[in-house]
Amino acid sequence: METVERINLENVARDFQKALDVMDRRITICAGTGCVANGALKVHKALVEQLGQAGLDVKVELDVHDDAAKHDGQENVYISKSGCQGFCQMGPLVTIEPGGILYCKVKAEDVAEIIDTTLRKGETIERLLYQKPRTGERCRGRDDIPFYQRQSRTVLRECGLIDPSNINEYIAHGGYAAAERAFAQLTPEQVCNEVLESGLRGRGGGGFPTGRKWELTRVQPGPKKYVICNGDEGDPGAFMDRSVMEGNPHSVIEGMMIAARAIGADEGYIYVRMEYPLAVERMRFAIGQAEERGLLGEKLFGTQMNFKLHVMEGAGAFVCGEETALIASVEGQRGMPMPKPPFPAESGLWGKPTVINNVETLGSIPLILRPGGVAKYRAVGTEKSPGTKTFALTGHVANTGLIEVPFGTTLREIVYNIGGGVTDDFGNLMDEDFKAVQIGGPSGGCLTPEQLDLPLDFDSLRGVGAMVGSGGLVVMNSRTCMVSVARFFMQFTQNESCGKCVLCREGTKQMLALLDDIIECRADETTLELLDKLARAVQKGSLCGLGKTAPNPVLSTLKNFRQEVEAHVFDKRCPAGRCKALLMPEIDPKLCKGCTACKRKCPVGAITGEVKQVHVIDPEKCIKCGACAEACKFNAVVGV
Amino acid sequence: MEEQATVIAPHANTNKFDKVCEILARHDNRPEKLIPILQEVQAEYRYLPEQVLALIATGLGIPPASVYGVATFYAHFTLEPQGKHIVRLCDGTACHVKNSIPILEAIRERLGLSEEKKTTDDMLITVETVSCLGACGLAPVMLINDDVHGQMTPESAVELIEQILKSEKEQN
Repeated sequence: METVERINLENVARDFQKALDVMDRRITICAGTGCVANGALKVHKALVEQLGQAGLDVKVELDVHDDAAKHDGQENVYISKSGCQGFCQMGPLVTIEPGGILYCKVKAEDVAEIIDTTLRKGETIERLLYQKPRTGERCRGRDDIPFYQRQSRTVLRECGLIDPSNINEYIAHGGYAAAERAFAQLTPEQVCNEVLESGLRGRGGGGFPTGRKWELTRVQPGPKKYVICNGDEGDPGAFMDRSVMEGNPHSVIEGMMIAARAIGADEGYIYVRMEYPLAVERMRFAIGQAEERGLLGEKLFGTQMNFKLHVMEGAGAFVCGEETALIASVEGQRGMPMPKPPFPAESGLWGKPTVINNVETLGSIPLILRPGGVAKYRAVGTEKSPGTKTFALTGHVANTGLIEVPFGTTLREIVYNIGGGVTDDFGNLMDEDFKAVQIGGPSGGCLTPEQLDLPLDFDSLRGVGAMVGSGGLVVMNSRTCMVSVARFFMQFTQNESCGKCVLCREGTKQMLALLDDIIECRADETTLELLDKLARAVQKGSLCGLGKTAPNPVLSTLKNFRQEVEAHVFDKRCPAGRCKALLMPEIDPKLCKGCTACKRKCPVGAITGEVKQVHVIDPEKCIKCGACAEACKFNAVVGV
Repeated sequence: MEEQATVIAPHANTNKFDKVCEILARHDNRPEKLIPILQEVQAEYRYLPEQVLALIATGLGIPPASVYGVATFYAHFTLEPQGKHIVRLCDGTACHVKNSIPILEAIRERLGLSEEKKTTDDMLITVETVSCLGACGLAPVMLINDDVHGQMTPESAVELIEQILKSEKEQN
């Protein structure tokens, strides 16, 4: 490789700012996976075309050496794409600066109006502003929207702000300064110490102190070591790592460089799951840019140290999120976990000492390693879990999306203030309808209304039998059957079990069969006992985190929703009305008007009754299809 | 290498095997590159034909069983021919609690497919589920080839399927 002249970060930052200052306006379009799915790229194209036609000087890329375009009477507009801004449900999102106007659900057809009203006349378009669902009040920008107001975005701060494909903008936001400090001013030991002092704990779920992990790898002898970024975010319902890789790929690269400096590695892998094609593309592109600028490669920051980075795409195996399985996968084998010890710190990739960190952990590193970063990092969060945590807030909640809050925030704050409250199946607000939050995906557990005021951190959650996991928060309303949810996770882990440990392979299968018995009306008192016993056996008899935690959703459901489970087993009734085999449709004689609508809809002729007389369902003939309940205008059909 | 391909599959189109050899060469025939190699081969054929697996094993100098083991371990690899269009319905937690299963049932019913039968007889459409696409904010989500469609209902999902069928019919 040719040696590139050492980059002067300050000059790049200054030049970029200069180029940005020439712009009269900046329009940022969110181009995360969610907004792209809703047509963000069409909006981008329409904006570029129509602004060009309107005679404005449009830039889609900002070149730092391009400050010659200073005012020639024309308005300069910079249109950039950003990574995920987190408010996916309201996408595509368009931000217009100066003024900080945020338009939601923008369509290509709205572009002409935006140009005419907002860009020319300087007025806002009310109908495109976010509307508070309770009051109907419109919010002009991010700072007025409760979803953003109550978050403290630090790892995600640049996500959605900067152009992920522009390395200069990352540098202008202080990027790569921490890496430069780590390489040029600090010893590996000092780097490890600073990370340890910050109290940063691994964001992949386990919560192991990152500084200690690095220190353990640093002291290993030998010239060859590796850094791996675990981007195999397999937990269904979690997408924070995707957002960081898509929205701020350079922060992950910088975090990996600092890790490499700390342990003495010269090679690294970013393992991204194949379901995230955009993240793969953006990471590859960012690596290319960093190499071009001499930030990655040889003789980093004028030292004798080198760092080569590769991207590897996963092939669809949840178990590869486990570090030893991930290593096997990078080596080209089946992703099966290995017993620990030896830990990857001693013997990892190709038998060499290896540090594996999660995307979000690595994304936090540059913030910690900037001057004064440790104190700043510790200033938020709790004593034992400092800093912030990103959560993917989904399910039956008004504002779904990606959020970042300090550790110690309560569930109530997240669900009701940031999330805007619980909704029914059709998205209408139903505050009283909160039933549970599933946290930590297939390894986690459920939190109940009684735990709404629990401050969330690594230890408090472990105390109630749940875990932070990768940070998926799925809100569920009263129409959700908790047994079905437990079954859903069991099916997932059963599918994803690699098959190595007998108890995980066979145990999850049997637990799934027992849950099916409960749902399909075949369970008796022995079922619950057996389920509980089996769950504990699988926990004990599995090698890796997948098997050890696979029974958690079941145990948590048995503990927190015992009544609901027992209703299935003993009363043969599903309180949420979701389990088909347990449905018992009946017509409430007080509500029935005798309109005959249900009778006409019943496909098996199970309903009898004359006009204006109360109708009756024959339980022998009924196939529990629910057609009668759908047909009834008076909600007289109950038990469905 | 061309000769080798002919031996393994005398009746197959040798041009096709040239591609495999090209992919192997691009990765310097290194066995640790097996997963990227299989990914690229699958991108080429839309599935992993058995003869090709044998060819890869020979090319990398590893037992065919190892290649088969890896190819069957990862969900992304398929040994069955896939349809021209691949519909992936997300059944992650967020999509699941927002009722993704009725959508799957509606699509399968429209195309005459089931859990076991994933591809239509005319090899036009394959329907599968995936564990999470990471677009949970838009749940329930469906992926048609590379395009993400959010906030699906059984009706809107079937409508998208109809559009594929219609455009295919027009092309013929």
